[in-house]
Amino acid sequence: MRINADTEACASSGMCALTAPEYFDQDEEDGRVVLLADAAEDCDGEVAAAVRLCPANALRLES
Amino acid sequence: MSTPDTAETEVPYGIPLERDHPFDPPAAVMALHRGSEMRRMRYYPDGRLGWLVTSHRLARKVLADTRFSSTLGGPALAPIPMPGLEAYRDFEGDFPTTPGMFIELDPPDHTRLRRKLTGVFTVKRMKQLEPRIEQHVRERLDALAAGSRPADLVAEFAVPVPSMMICELLGVPYEQRDRFESDTRAIFTIDAGSEAKEAAIMRLYGFVGELAAAKRANPTDDILGDLAADAELADEEVAGMAILLLVAGHETTAKMLSLGTMALLENRDQWDLLRARPELMAGGVEELLRYLTIIHTGLIRQVKEDMEFEGHQIKAREYVTVSVQTANRDEAHFIEPDKLDVAGDAKGHLTFGHGVHQCLGQQLARMEMRIAFAGLIERFPDLKLAVPAAEVPMVTGQNFYGVAELPVTW
Repeated sequence: MRINADTEACASSGMCALTAPEYFDQDEEDGRVVLLADAAEDCDGEVAAAVRLCPANALRLES
Repeated sequence: MSTPDTAETEVPYGIPLERDHPFDPPAAVMALHRGSEMRRMRYYPDGRLGWLVTSHRLARKVLADTRFSSTLGGPALAPIPMPGLEAYRDFEGDFPTTPGMFIELDPPDHTRLRRKLTGVFTVKRMKQLEPRIEQHVRERLDALAAGSRPADLVAEFAVPVPSMMICELLGVPYEQRDRFESDTRAIFTIDAGSEAKEAAIMRLYGFVGELAAAKRANPTDDILGDLAADAELADEEVAGMAILLLVAGHETTAKMLSLGTMALLENRDQWDLLRARPELMAGGVEELLRYLTIIHTGLIRQVKEDMEFEGHQIKAREYVTVSVQTANRDEAHFIEPDKLDVAGDAKGHLTFGHGVHQCLGQQLARMEMRIAFAGLIERFPDLKLAVPAAEVPMVTGQNFYGVAELPVTW
């Protein structure tokens, strides 16, 4: 699964970096999402939770 | 489509606030939630018609949809009768927004201001604050241990820890807390009256404005110093943004620390579980946030244009209140939602909101709560209430639910 992040939509809440820190980080200047990996094996666990929890609907998983 | 029978049953007098049980939402609100996901609500403080959304599913949907605008105006508006707001009833057009108060703005204005601050509140930056928060917590615990018993956990611990921390981050002298703590409470006191609230806000603008001016003359390395030095921000925007951080940054976490402690003491097995298994603390904090949902008056949005939503016709200028406390007890989303289970999965709770306005300081609040609860449990494992739970004075008349005092002993 590919992880897609829309940095324009991102609200910098940090939910993804909190939930799946191996996949998501935040930009130092404005806290927006930074992808640490662009693909995920783990699609039922942390990554899927991070996508679901994103308050700004800025994350997508694509097969 | 909702069932017309129940959806058309209006809520006539706003959200009931009085509770039968200190930790559960009012039974009347839970009954509304069981009746339908969304219904008419007649009473908004300025007399406008509107809606009440109670389910987790619709709460998420409304909060993520920017057609539901955050521009409302009125000081700390809540869907409850409030003296003074009747004057707004025939007001045409948009309420003026308070400069810098980006919680009352929509994108792109909201985005412009919020992004000035989001770099400061990242998960990593908050992690770096851990030693500072630990030190504040340790000092307050030392003071508690050295003081007399019983002690009021609100005044001695729950208020000072977040208050000191937000002061340090902003660059506001904690010694001057009498210039913001009581005015913050006035803003969030539902029946304080709009004149008193506006006066409190003006005093805060004066206080923070003075500090910002001083920092322009002598730059400092803190949030207010950075905002004051930002040429893209007007002076009143700087003050408004700093006030927002100041008032949102201490009263909310303070209420969670005191009410959360009471909830753990009244569910002793949960206190003992966190004591035995400190690694549960991060999840336990999420569960306390969900279970207690201190934002008991909900989150309000205003519809700007006529629209259809979930089979309902919503008219321009109508308000929609999202009842977060019922969404967080929604059985369609959470397992056994009426039970406090610090080992359970509270992910997806809406206590910090949802959508682009989701709480800017949530990672700070999480870090403060984890460290404060862990410190309290470790230092005072035998902590107990010094009065029967029924005698603890509960605060229902503020935008944030909680306790006024929490007498504890050990």
